[in-house]
Amino acid sequence: MGELDINVVKLKKNAFRVSKVRGETASRIRIPGGVIDAKSMQKIVEIAEKYGTGTIDITNRQGIEIPGIKLEDVDKVNAEVQSVIDALHINQTERGKGFPSSGTRNIEACPGKRLCPFGNYDTTAMAQRIEQMVFPNDRHVKIACTGCSNDCAKVRFADFGIIGMTEPQYNPDRCVTCEQCVNYCKKRSVGALSVVNGKIVRDTDKCIGCGVCVHYCPTRAWTRSKEHYFRLVLLGRTGKKNPRLAEDFIKWCDEESIMKIIHNAYAYIEEYIDPNAVEHKEHIGYIVDRTGFEKFKEYILKDVTLGPKAEVAKTMYWGGKHYDQYGG
Amino acid sequence: MGYVLTQSGFSELVKSLESQYRIFAPVLKKGAGRHLDTDVVLYDFVKSAEEIELEHKSDYAFKEALLPMSETLFFFTEQQTKEADLDERPVLVFLRSCDLHALKRLDDIYLRNGKEIDPFYKRRRDLLHFVLIGCPHAFENCFCVDMGSNLTKDGYVFSIDSAEEGEDTVYRFEVPDASFNTFFEGAGGTKADVQHTYVTETKTRVRVPEEVPQAVMKDALWDEYTQRCIGCGRCNFVCPTCTCFTMQDVYYTDNGRVGERRRVEASCMVDGFTNVAGGGQYRKTKGERMRFKVLHKISDHKKRFGENMCVGCGRCDDVCPEYISYSHIINKVYDASEKVLQAKNAEGGEENE
Repeated sequence: MGELDINVVKLKKNAFRVSKVRGETASRIRIPGGVIDAKSMQKIVEIAEKYGTGTIDITNRQGIEIPGIKLEDVDKVNAEVQSVIDALHINQTERGKGFPSSGTRNIEACPGKRLCPFGNYDTTAMAQRIEQMVFPNDRHVKIACTGCSNDCAKVRFADFGIIGMTEPQYNPDRCVTCEQCVNYCKKRSVGALSVVNGKIVRDTDKCIGCGVCVHYCPTRAWTRSKEHYFRLVLLGRTGKKNPRLAEDFIKWCDEESIMKIIHNAYAYIEEYIDPNAVEHKEHIGYIVDRTGFEKFKEYILKDVTLGPKAEVAKTMYWGGKHYDQYGG
Repeated sequence: MGYVLTQSGFSELVKSLESQYRIFAPVLKKGAGRHLDTDVVLYDFVKSAEEIELEHKSDYAFKEALLPMSETLFFFTEQQTKEADLDERPVLVFLRSCDLHALKRLDDIYLRNGKEIDPFYKRRRDLLHFVLIGCPHAFENCFCVDMGSNLTKDGYVFSIDSAEEGEDTVYRFEVPDASFNTFFEGAGGTKADVQHTYVTETKTRVRVPEEVPQAVMKDALWDEYTQRCIGCGRCNFVCPTCTCFTMQDVYYTDNGRVGERRRVEASCMVDGFTNVAGGGQYRKTKGERMRFKVLHKISDHKKRFGENMCVGCGRCDDVCPEYISYSHIINKVYDASEKVLQAKNAEGGEENE
């Protein structure tokens, strides 16, 4: 075994896992938005059969891990995986050398409007757009996109969770007061609708923009807003110290502002990351715990011009378990 | 007799028609469908030819010209009432053959159903003139041929057919009403012998029973719809022949002595339709509601007015979110009816022996 002389830091950065089995590694394929073409999938199968154990791990963040690869085959796998990197439009620093970074995790997305009847935006396209902007980057950041407030993508476990919204548009002239919107909003959503004098009144404070009313309206009295809106939730996380759900930051946010906010967040990390962090890795949420939310907010909202409907949280508090303070 | 127009000629035609008529036509509403980035074709008043959707079947029917989804009939205050104003300009309605047949069913219900005519229907009806949109082919779920609504001989002032010819779109008009000739002349129309197109066969076929025996009402075929149907009523709201409405008396909140009476479209599939005082409900299950709706369309209306209500436009099948096929139900009813009649005949035969 003394033959092996591997720079593990570089290996990990190259998106290979250091396996529990000595001499073995696993190749990690990021799939932004969770959509991969069948041909690339075939290539992954090929690599798994040729260099791995013939098995493929589906990761929790919509990526793929090919286990059982011999450490001496890393270069060969990097060469083979090039066609997949090309097909998925992953930013690369050097062709043929595999993934240039692994810190910023795969950008997740539920199927969104591509498939889902409730999807309020193209989650996959947005995940791919974010990927283009942020990758490669060594900073440990998790970003996830979900089509509606059902949050099937579980974005409340991410640092930046993007939840699709629509602002329901009501045409009273097409409303026959069948009350299906009222009933479905109550049963499937938050109960923001009521009947007043034979027409529907929407409680705009309560409405979460899920689009259930639009979905169930049989007469097209309810339709979607032309503008796409988002709820941006911040700094959810799992982990040992303080697992917690992401909290609401901006309601009725626009896409451009979200892009800018995420971009700004990386500058904030560079400024405030703990220089002595283990493996130079500190999750953004813990940095914010140290600097305080105000500092973070100041950074991420730099040059951001929010739309007239945007509602920004004045201050933010996170809950969750505090095992680091109170024990388990 | 007819005319042929180019694209720009058609634009001119609509412009000049619009100066004398309000034009009510199918319009493709971008992004107004149930799901994100899906469209819907529904009827609206248009100002220009470009707005008129001639290619697709409309998702909602022209009947909104006569029966708006929600219509204020009159206002009331203390001892006085005032009828709601109505734009009194004549209206040109663009519709297809099935819908023109549906018009007769609407008239049956609102003008020929007993001693009284419905004045609010009539005042709108008197303003309408019809433009027949030709159908060079059947759409998905259409079964007009089997319902006899594919052919239209009269009742329209002119017809319209559009066809791609090379780079251009050419519009052909059959003009039985000579009083419209001036509009076509003014738009630079070329005289031609034009016949509107119509459908002669459809992929969807139905077998409509001559008579539906009483026993079919109790047939188990209805039960599956209690499970499958969600009672949303889309099938009714898009149907060109559904005529049911409900009334709303609304008292303005800041002055309870002033208000208005509204008529809104109603659906026999939606909860509450058969609710009566004392908490009763005649058709509780969706299966019972489906039976009522289907038999009204292919049997009950005919008993009273001599023609089936359904015109075979297939919009109910197009719109159903649960993929329930009404045309399949018609065929199931046919089979169930045949079975009952055959059993009856067999019994009768034995008695005769």
